[in-house]
Amino acid sequence: MVVEGEKIDQSREWVELNIGPQHPSTHGVLRLKVKLDGETVKDVEPIIGYLHRNAEKLCEMDYYCDSLIYFDRMDYVGAMNMELGYLEAAEKVLGIPPPERAQWIRVIMAELNRIAAHLVWAGAFGLDLGMLTPFFYCFIEREKVLKRFTAVSESRQQTNYMSIGGVYQDIDDQIIYDIEQFTEEFPAKLEDIFNTFVKNDIFISRNKGVGILEPEVAIDYGVTGPMLRASGVEYDVRKAEPYLVYDKLNFDIPVSYKKDNLARFLVRFEEMRQSIRIIKQAIKKIPDGPYFNPKAKKSLMIRLRGEGEAYARTESSKGEFGVYIVADGSVKPYRVHVRSPAMRNLAVLPHLAKDVMIADLFSISGTTDLVFGEVDR
Amino acid sequence: MAKVKSGEGGALTTTIDQAMEWARSNSLWPLTFGLACCAIEMMAIQASNLDISRFGSEIFRNSPRQSDLMIVSGTVTKKMAPRLRRIYDEMPYPKYVIAMGVCVIQGGPYHLGYSVVLGVDRVVPVDVYVPGCPPTPEALTYGIMLLQKKIRNEAER
Repeated sequence: MVVEGEKIDQSREWVELNIGPQHPSTHGVLRLKVKLDGETVKDVEPIIGYLHRNAEKLCEMDYYCDSLIYFDRMDYVGAMNMELGYLEAAEKVLGIPPPERAQWIRVIMAELNRIAAHLVWAGAFGLDLGMLTPFFYCFIEREKVLKRFTAVSESRQQTNYMSIGGVYQDIDDQIIYDIEQFTEEFPAKLEDIFNTFVKNDIFISRNKGVGILEPEVAIDYGVTGPMLRASGVEYDVRKAEPYLVYDKLNFDIPVSYKKDNLARFLVRFEEMRQSIRIIKQAIKKIPDGPYFNPKAKKSLMIRLRGEGEAYARTESSKGEFGVYIVADGSVKPYRVHVRSPAMRNLAVLPHLAKDVMIADLFSISGTTDLVFGEVDR
Repeated sequence: MAKVKSGEGGALTTTIDQAMEWARSNSLWPLTFGLACCAIEMMAIQASNLDISRFGSEIFRNSPRQSDLMIVSGTVTKKMAPRLRRIYDEMPYPKYVIAMGVCVIQGGPYHLGYSVVLGVDRVVPVDVYVPGCPPTPEALTYGIMLLQKKIRNEAER
């Protein structure tokens, strides 16, 4: 019974709910401590560290060429993008730039993997909202990308294809033809997947206007990638600070000014279309030549010594992926630091999920595109 | 009465046992327990290309109370191990565990690290080991078929 004039302590009526680490909608091993007032979320506290595999520390114990495997397993749905991020920094330290042909191959592979990563995200996002159908369609298309990866790297997911000073092996005409075939078939399939989402009224009404992220807040939290671009900030490392051969390619940065869940969804789908555009151009422009820098012969790989320090940033499927390497002249790096985009995107979740219904919490956490190999490292 | 294989039970009970094991082996319900990289390959066996339902391992359940197979897919860290044990304890009997990937078998690429459990068999008993980093979905399908074989032979033991 409420006595007049006495303040009610609202916090005492809140229910504290633990979600995770084993939960289908947490995309791995995220644990959320949620404070609920009825069905309204009052406070969210993400607890991370359930997949901390000390990858950064292990990099200090390994040769430069061996550390690549830990990067493969960071953002495990976008392994090529992670390899690229590490090699950009490692090659600066070691002073072994990749030859022209290797750079074009890397662009093709990175963009193919961006498509695969976004497809996994789209499938899992559908599952978050109770849609099973898109999951199957997304994985059919993803298998086609992985088939191309198997052809070049003999591995499906953790490819380990790029290596210091180039790539593991050259791509022949058959593989180029296969990739070309994929770029021609995929856009129509992508529209099918897109329609399974947007022609669903429930999907639209659950995402429109939910999880508004203001651009100022996004920049304050260090949010990058599709999340930032969905808030109306036109920032993409591929354009802002071009690496590899991205300045020779013609593509757009998809931007939305709606700032909500639906905007983030649309931006990711538009990115896949742009990736196809990039691959189509890259296949035509790919030059002949060596695919491997002779300074980094495979037999000499473990003797490579670096001096100084380097920071490289690349655009992974989650956002700006930065790698900072300090070298002390020995065969192993002194320190490797990783700037993980998914971790910054997760940090903004408590802000986004304030005063929303609990069902919306998972559609919001779904659009942040979390991969825990990368968040916890 | 005709002599049957295992000593104690009569003909009727052993036949029922065999029928039960046969039924059980063809309706394994795995738990959605994705930890790391292998979880994506575990999702792939459920998808259209390698539909696991064809082999009688039906639908992935999200609650440990509704499932009887735990596919530990991904590195088990020291922070996660007590939760893994708790989820295993919540599953009803009879229950089975598949260790998927080298991280789960002995630590894998991270075996030198300070935060990784060197093998999930230190936490829960394991029935089938599927090596690989990550194993292909085909390898995991084979692992599940091996487990089915093992369950079918349980009555004869």
